Amino acid sequence: MEPKSVPNSSSAPILEVEDLSISFGGVQAIFGVSFQVKPREIFSIIGPNGAGKTVTLNCINGLYKPERGRVLLEGKDITRWKPYRRAEAGLARTFQKIELFSGMTVLDNIRLGRHVHLRSGILSSAFYLGKTAREEIESRKFIEEEIIDLLEIEHIRHKIVGMLPYGLQKRVELARALALNPKVLLLDEPMAGLNLEEVEDMARFILDINEEERWQVTCILVEHDMGVVMDISDRVAVLNFGQKIAEGTPQEIQENPEVIRAYLGDVEDLYATRR
Amino acid sequence: MPHEGRPEELEITKDLTLPKLFLRKCQQYGEAKVAMREKEFGIWRPFTWKDYLENVKTICLGLVSLGLEKGDKVALIGDNRPEGLWAEMAAMCAGAVGVWLFQDSLLDEVQYIVDHSDAKFLIGEGQEEVDKGLAIREKCPKLRKIIWDDPKGMRHYDDPMLISIKELQKLGRELDRKEPGLFYELVEQGHGDDICLLFYTSGTTALPKGALLTHYNMLKMGQNLMRVDPCYPEDDFVSYLPFAWIGEQMMSISCGLQVGFTINFPEEPETAQENIREIGPQTMFAPPRVYEQMVRTVQVKYLDASWLKRKIYEWSMKVGYQWSDCLFEKRPVSLWLRFKRYLAHLLLFKKLKDHLGLSRIRHTYTGGAAMGPDHFRFFHAIGVNLKQIYGQTEIAGISVLHRDGDVKFDTVGMPIPETEIKITEDDEIISKSPSVFQGYYKNPEATEKTLREGWLYSGDTGFIDEDGHLVVFDRTKDIMILSDGRKFSPQFLEARLKFSPYVRDAWVIGHEKPYVTAVICIDYATVGKWAESKGIPYTSYPELSQKPEVYELIKAPIMEVNRTLRPSARIRKFINLYKEFDADDEELTRTRKLRRAFVEERYKDIVHALYTDAAMVHMDTTITYEDGRVVEIKTDMRIESVPEQGGG
Repeated sequence: MEPKSVPNSSSAPILEVEDLSISFGGVQAIFGVSFQVKPREIFSIIGPNGAGKTVTLNCINGLYKPERGRVLLEGKDITRWKPYRRAEAGLARTFQKIELFSGMTVLDNIRLGRHVHLRSGILSSAFYLGKTAREEIESRKFIEEEIIDLLEIEHIRHKIVGMLPYGLQKRVELARALALNPKVLLLDEPMAGLNLEEVEDMARFILDINEEERWQVTCILVEHDMGVVMDISDRVAVLNFGQKIAEGTPQEIQENPEVIRAYLGDVEDLYATRR
Repeated sequence: MPHEGRPEELEITKDLTLPKLFLRKCQQYGEAKVAMREKEFGIWRPFTWKDYLENVKTICLGLVSLGLEKGDKVALIGDNRPEGLWAEMAAMCAGAVGVWLFQDSLLDEVQYIVDHSDAKFLIGEGQEEVDKGLAIREKCPKLRKIIWDDPKGMRHYDDPMLISIKELQKLGRELDRKEPGLFYELVEQGHGDDICLLFYTSGTTALPKGALLTHYNMLKMGQNLMRVDPCYPEDDFVSYLPFAWIGEQMMSISCGLQVGFTINFPEEPETAQENIREIGPQTMFAPPRVYEQMVRTVQVKYLDASWLKRKIYEWSMKVGYQWSDCLFEKRPVSLWLRFKRYLAHLLLFKKLKDHLGLSRIRHTYTGGAAMGPDHFRFFHAIGVNLKQIYGQTEIAGISVLHRDGDVKFDTVGMPIPETEIKITEDDEIISKSPSVFQGYYKNPEATEKTLREGWLYSGDTGFIDEDGHLVVFDRTKDIMILSDGRKFSPQFLEARLKFSPYVRDAWVIGHEKPYVTAVICIDYATVGKWAESKGIPYTSYPELSQKPEVYELIKAPIMEVNRTLRPSARIRKFINLYKEFDADDEELTRTRKLRRAFVEERYKDIVHALYTDAAMVHMDTTITYEDGRVVEIKTDMRIESVPEQGGG
């Protein structure tokens, strides 16, 4: 991987999580989790199974209501916002298990992601007035030139999603999230189930959308592939049993004895990653 | 779309060059005609002749301001795209020589060709090509600059050796302002006998050799081809086969410039088939593998179709074959057959041709390797005018071609105008034409061997049949001597085996051996699908290839082919290889020809086992991935006997 410019650490956080807690029945899923993500960062959340990583993501994008704590996007408290409002405000996500419309084409799935940004009313759309046409042309341009080209999915544009191999479906899911033109992108295990080549491609795409001048999307990544996490993250937070036990640069995390004990097991295992 | 008469023929003098002709066409068409299109962001984007000129001019002057001089070499690598053709034309305009590399060439090949050709500039497409250039520059001291045109992934590259094509064109524009008219002066200095292309032949045996071709060679090539099969300015041509293949140059450069048809570039290599369908070209030239793939696609779809559709297909194809056999044998076609054939056209062929992108085809050519008669008959049965050609890089493309209405699928047709073909006493095919190359670059020994008194020695064996058609038997060194002392062409057998949709590649062995055997590479997609439908579990290519059921599946087409052969040529044993042949493993050339000497050495254990009583053979091999990773594979393969059968 090539060197990456470290985002300005003095700038205000784009996303803040404060003292987040939620429990299911008697089980405390996460407890008092706080962190701040700076604009243009790739921020990874790691931890053993059941540590509360996905729950944290679900609280951020509004699938779950936290019992305590706040989520702030660009300084605004969005804790009580509905998920669709958060999407409009620039928060997009992909899922651990693919959540696409498998009977629709790739292009239709991506267009759906664009839908929140279409402003035409029913009347205007029905008569296809100038404004609607303009909006559609812009939307098409955005999808084709920014997303399909970036993710190299030209050849499957008109294919039905359900017929595609898993690795490509993952890419389509990322494409749909990008169609929102998000400021912050939540990625839940983007590498799960991919082969080595697909992992490399996906890492490349994440770096692209993070660094490319056009995008500069802040990414929050939940991932088990330590090779990828350590390679592309600016900072990493470690959860264990619903609590944050460490936060820092990949280097610091790799050297943190508590992390090694809690999550990575023995020191030797630390390097037992894919590469 | 029948055309009245032929377009006016160009007078090719020794003074004419490709760039001069290019300027003439630009003047003639200007903004009024589309010179090329590229599909980008889902839309076909046109470039008029004026745009073409503007781009070539600025790239040319850009290169000149970086120090390009007459006679310098410019290496080019990348997918087919307008920028590639502009850069090639730009180099020629400055009197320089274009050297095309295959897009998927590995580092060693790139290094060898860039170094051997003394290239001063390397014009690549994007990050991948730039990486290759940067990796070899230490060993290619003559290389000055690497130019790229696709900005994707290039944001962290700031090596002083790199320059984007946009920057280059900016330099070109500055030079144009300072010295207006320089570009036209440069073009004017060119002469027909100047070298314009240095073409490295893929070489089935040794290191690639660089064939030197002049403007005159290229211009005459296009002219003589089109004297047989004219093209028209309104035609569309899809450029998707590697520019490093002479056939593509012959169409895009030799014919394209003379006629001024529109060249279309697909969006991505993966979308080529789809894009061809959108364009519907009038003419096409492709190696057999492209047609083989089309047939395979049709056969697979047939297997997947509903009962009624399968019946319609079967009936229509039967009619199609009857009809095409009448034509091949030059028998009259009965009215009843004509009617049935028309019905079959409506029911099947029309749709089929549309899906394959062949609806508007006037003539389409195959060449570069042998194609089986079964494939040939298939295309004629559905009404596609497929013709065999024969040629080589050293003759700037082709020298022999079928004429309309005189297609015989075991021949390659008759010489094109201004071309002489002779057979030497050793049965070697030799030819003479204005397109014969000037020699190999920095390789006088090879030149002497190939070029004698103006005759081009091909190294192919063949004869001229009673109708005056040339029959190409095989590469001389590949001819098999069978147990009964007869000569036989392994390529012929291999091509026939490949008609089965389940066989992707075949390698037939039998030279001075007691019997003939075959090594088969199954087609992963088709066999995989078949296995799924039969409920046969598998996880990988090696595993699938060794399934007993798959052996049975492969045995059927082998027996089918055997039935038509005399006993000594029949395949007695075969083995399913655990992997496909791959150019990266050097088993195939970049144009997908089998490198026999190499595979014989690499798989000598297999060859040995095929001629003993062994039922299994064990292999340890290494596989090289495209990124250079090497993986070791240990595997066991079964040897299967093909039962004897009567008849033949």
